[in-house]
Amino acid sequence: MPAVSKGDGMRGLAVFISDIRNCKSKEAEIKRINKELANIRSKFKGDKALDGYSKKKYVCKLLFIFLLGHDIDFGHMEAVNLLSSNKYTEKQIGYLFISVLVNSNSELIRLINNAIKNDLASRNPTFMCLALHCIANVGSREMGEAFAADIPRILVAGDSMDSVKQSAALCLLRLYKASPDLVPMGEWTARVVHLLNDQHMGVVTAAVSLITCLCKKNPDDFKTCISLAVSRLSRIVSSASTDLQDYTYYFVPAPWLSVKLLRLLQCYPPPEDAAVKGRLVECLETVLNKAQEPPKSKKVQHSNAKNAILFETISLIIHYDSEPNLLVRACNQLGQFLQHRETNLRYLALESMCTLASSEFSHEAVKTHIDTVINALKTERDVSVRQRAADLLYAMCDRSNAKQIVSEMLRYLETADYAIREEIVLKVAILAEKYAVDYSWYVDTILNLIRIAGDYVSEEVWYRVLQIVTNRDDVQGYAAKTVFEALQAPACHENMVKVGGYILGEFGNLIAGDPRSSPPVQFSLLHSKFHLCSVATRALLLSTYIKFINLFPETKATIQGVLRAGSQLRNADVELQQRAVEYLTLSSVASTDVLATVLEEMPPFPERESSILAKLKRKKGPGAGSTLDDGRRDPSSNDINGGVEPTPSTVSTPSPSADLLGLRAAPPPAASAAPSGAGNLLVDVFSDGPAPQPSLGPTPEEAFLSELEPPAPESPMGLLADPAPAADPGSEDIGPPIPEVDELLNKFVCKNNGVLFENQLLQIGVKSEFRQNLGRMYLFYGNKTSVQFQNFSPTVVHPGDLQTQLAVQTKRVAAQVDGGAQVQQVLNIECLRDFLTPPLLSVRFRYGGAPQSLTLKLPVTINKFFQPTEMAAQDFFQRWKQLSLPQQEAQKIFKANHPMDAEVTKAKLLGFGSALLDNVDPNPENFVGAGIIQTKALQVGCLLRLEPNAQAQMYRLTLRTSKEPVSRHLCELLAQQF
Amino acid sequence: MQFMLLFSRQGKLRLQKWYVPLSDKEKKKITRELVQTVLARKPKMCSFLEWRDLKIVYKRYASLYFCCAIEDQDNELITLEIIHRYVELLDKYFGSVCELDIIFNFEKAYFILDEFLLGGEVQETSKKNVLKAIEQADLLQEICLLCLPLMFKNEYWLHGTKGNGCPGEVWEGEFLKTCCWRQLSKKLSENSEEDISIKYI
Repeated sequence: MPAVSKGDGMRGLAVFISDIRNCKSKEAEIKRINKELANIRSKFKGDKALDGYSKKKYVCKLLFIFLLGHDIDFGHMEAVNLLSSNKYTEKQIGYLFISVLVNSNSELIRLINNAIKNDLASRNPTFMCLALHCIANVGSREMGEAFAADIPRILVAGDSMDSVKQSAALCLLRLYKASPDLVPMGEWTARVVHLLNDQHMGVVTAAVSLITCLCKKNPDDFKTCISLAVSRLSRIVSSASTDLQDYTYYFVPAPWLSVKLLRLLQCYPPPEDAAVKGRLVECLETVLNKAQEPPKSKKVQHSNAKNAILFETISLIIHYDSEPNLLVRACNQLGQFLQHRETNLRYLALESMCTLASSEFSHEAVKTHIDTVINALKTERDVSVRQRAADLLYAMCDRSNAKQIVSEMLRYLETADYAIREEIVLKVAILAEKYAVDYSWYVDTILNLIRIAGDYVSEEVWYRVLQIVTNRDDVQGYAAKTVFEALQAPACHENMVKVGGYILGEFGNLIAGDPRSSPPVQFSLLHSKFHLCSVATRALLLSTYIKFINLFPETKATIQGVLRAGSQLRNADVELQQRAVEYLTLSSVASTDVLATVLEEMPPFPERESSILAKLKRKKGPGAGSTLDDGRRDPSSNDINGGVEPTPSTVSTPSPSADLLGLRAAPPPAASAAPSGAGNLLVDVFSDGPAPQPSLGPTPEEAFLSELEPPAPESPMGLLADPAPAADPGSEDIGPPIPEVDELLNKFVCKNNGVLFENQLLQIGVKSEFRQNLGRMYLFYGNKTSVQFQNFSPTVVHPGDLQTQLAVQTKRVAAQVDGGAQVQQVLNIECLRDFLTPPLLSVRFRYGGAPQSLTLKLPVTINKFFQPTEMAAQDFFQRWKQLSLPQQEAQKIFKANHPMDAEVTKAKLLGFGSALLDNVDPNPENFVGAGIIQTKALQVGCLLRLEPNAQAQMYRLTLRTSKEPVSRHLCELLAQQF
Repeated sequence: MQFMLLFSRQGKLRLQKWYVPLSDKEKKKITRELVQTVLARKPKMCSFLEWRDLKIVYKRYASLYFCCAIEDQDNELITLEIIHRYVELLDKYFGSVCELDIIFNFEKAYFILDEFLLGGEVQETSKKNVLKAIEQADLLQEICLLCLPLMFKNEYWLHGTKGNGCPGEVWEGEFLKTCCWRQLSKKLSENSEEDISIKYI
């Protein structure tokens, strides 16, 4: 091979590289580099003009230094000079430097673009390719602007060399990915599709990538590519292993092209044309058949290339999800791979089977491999393979195998790698809940989770078990008994204390009849853990104690003693101190009846999406998304996993058989001395008897609040300021709003249409109209990428008591948003009464496998429901005087943030919603407005006056309305606008 | 493909190719993290791993690790063979390539990669075609481009009769000069049929 190529005479460079390699220490290396940099700098700055060779050499040295990881801040100009050299080698180095060290200096970019332009026009294929490579490597928007229009022409020109076409196709792809708007669609697109028929395999290989990307955004425009791709694929698949000469790779004909063609076909549903479809199915079958043939070579490259095509074929089969026969064959093939000696194949088979598990046609076939998969979970030496096995078990789980899978996953958890424990915990929790046949099994499973991997049990998981226990009275006694036993372990995890504290505080009475779990025993058991726990847990335990005072009057004295202790009453932690003080007072001041009302059992939690599911969705995990959707489609599993069923109060307590089942499912741990039979009997006796008192019930608002707050055993009277600091699942569910949210909102106070939000992935546009107390808003979600968004779900959330003030009806939108596509969502809004905070818009989706979430404020502010009112000066002043109470007026004096232009101000005030009244204010510079805010419940009259002071660049804004908070709120909203 | 990294067993980065726009800081961070992750893996482990929201495909050849980051829908096995084909190309070009070749001729390693992969997609899978492009470039290395048309016209160098002179004064080093001329003329006489693209120069 060419000896000439090795070092094209840049001796200086070779010497420099050896020097660097001989450096004994990092310091020596840096010293050598600095010396070289100084040398190069002086050469570049020197008076003597450098010849091309030296320039090339120094630029190459700079490049080397940069690639070593050092910063380079000069040499760009010299590199640009090289571009216009007429020596190929200099030009090439110049381009390499530019591609690696892109600089955003606009003057440089102009020069670079000029050089590229010249090379593109040179009609010299080698130069053209160099220029195209440079554009593709840099791929910046500036380059897109300069060349996006030319490259399609080069690509389809009849006289372009094959190599130029290849480079042009991929160059265009890169530009299109970076800035699709810059690439003009047109007549060339049809010709690009026909490149699939090109004689030159390399041209086809390059073109397919481009076509695949274009298809995703404009599927209809490129539909013709389906039949062309199928026939190309069919020719390759049926060709003998040597037909394609240099495009055959280890006896596999054109593997890269085949994979790309199969990918292209995955952009579309199965072909409509029966002939095309028949031909394609034949191809897919051929690939599956070939997998059974003996290998033509023992080389791993042969089997890799062959299996790459096979896996891509299976992906296409899964994508179509319409050929049961092929799906089952695919599943069997993967089944063979599960036991293959190649780790890579086992890994991929597990991964691929995960998607097969969600197809109705192949779910059963996948399930037959459960033992192999469980074995993989136990024996694979590579954690990433074990992870795939765990994912697959999760995906293949259904009612029939849930117990087996959950117990295997629990066992795996004991030895699982720390990095994936939390995910496994979530998955076990979800499966246990989703497929629980009896709730005692569910409770046991979660408690086991806490026992085995307490540190990895997130709040969502233990909140969830509390919600379920609270809502299902058939499991409460069992839960109380089980946590009581679990707490007896000498060392138990703090999460166990939390769950135990909460459950005993609510349902401890159900096991109090047994002397071994009598109230004092329960209390001292819990209190023995108290001092080892964090503040949040101690706060929760204090609430348990006050609940005990109500449940078990006999413990009152002991507990009051604990609350009165200096360590509580004077605790450095404000929350603990406050709880101790308030609970102590409550227990001594309130009568038994009041105490019973305040501390009554928590009402059932309203149904809502499981917080664990949301958490898992946020975590990365293949298979999670699809299986979740699957779960939702499955009506039979709705009873538990859809959300907690509120137990109707008329439903009587559990049947004895449920408890028996529970007993069978969970023999008490050996450490426990309590005879389970007796305990169980007690449960029955008690839960049939006086168990839950008829709830006086919180009002709907309070129920809503309690949904947002952690299920801490607190009184509905709101005696306590705040829930335990650690717990705030409600807000975690939607995530905090993005930082610039208020700024975005401000833009929409005076206008109804525009772009609400934009980042690299997503653009949200808004159009809205309001009339009286009603409004309609259109939200447009645009996918700015070329990749489909999955599980796309925008939801509107009402923080605080907004629910009662504003009704927002939303329509669901499609869960998938294709690359480049836009979906529209309609919101119907009704203002029920005046409100201060806007509703939140929470947008979640998966992009390229990664969950994304975003919370914004919807541009719905109270002023949108303004009805402008015209009135004469006299009327205005009369009303102004009527609203003269100090709290009816809000005033703000503030500096102008924008130029003070009367026309703009007028437009803003009109946009704000009030009428502008002329000839009212004696000073013509001032603005006066009036209007009525329309809500369903009431109308609020508003008067406003804005006095600009041009000299001082200040405004004074005064608002008078009949409602104090409205005045203040409007004043604040409007003041932001000027 | 989002990027490709070549690094040694000692964790020294030998080649980096990024197909998505990232800041230098991000690139350094990714490199550091990934090199660490991959080096920590044991020999028999599988060649794929999930990393952030990407899939990493890597393979070790002697002292060098080749590591590609691909997207969710991309095919792992074919990526493994992309790596292998690139190694084959380097091997053929340098003649049983070793790490030193890539260190001292890093620019060549980049040129070869650009012929094979562009914008993160496979451009040309034929070994012959890729190497042909590179060899052509090599032949052009020290040829005065200004003289080429002239030379074509006169055709004297094709026959190798007067092949030792160049009308321009463009390169330095007597040795290189002669060496190049010999190479070029030899090449052209060998491939006069097949190597059409030379005629386009």
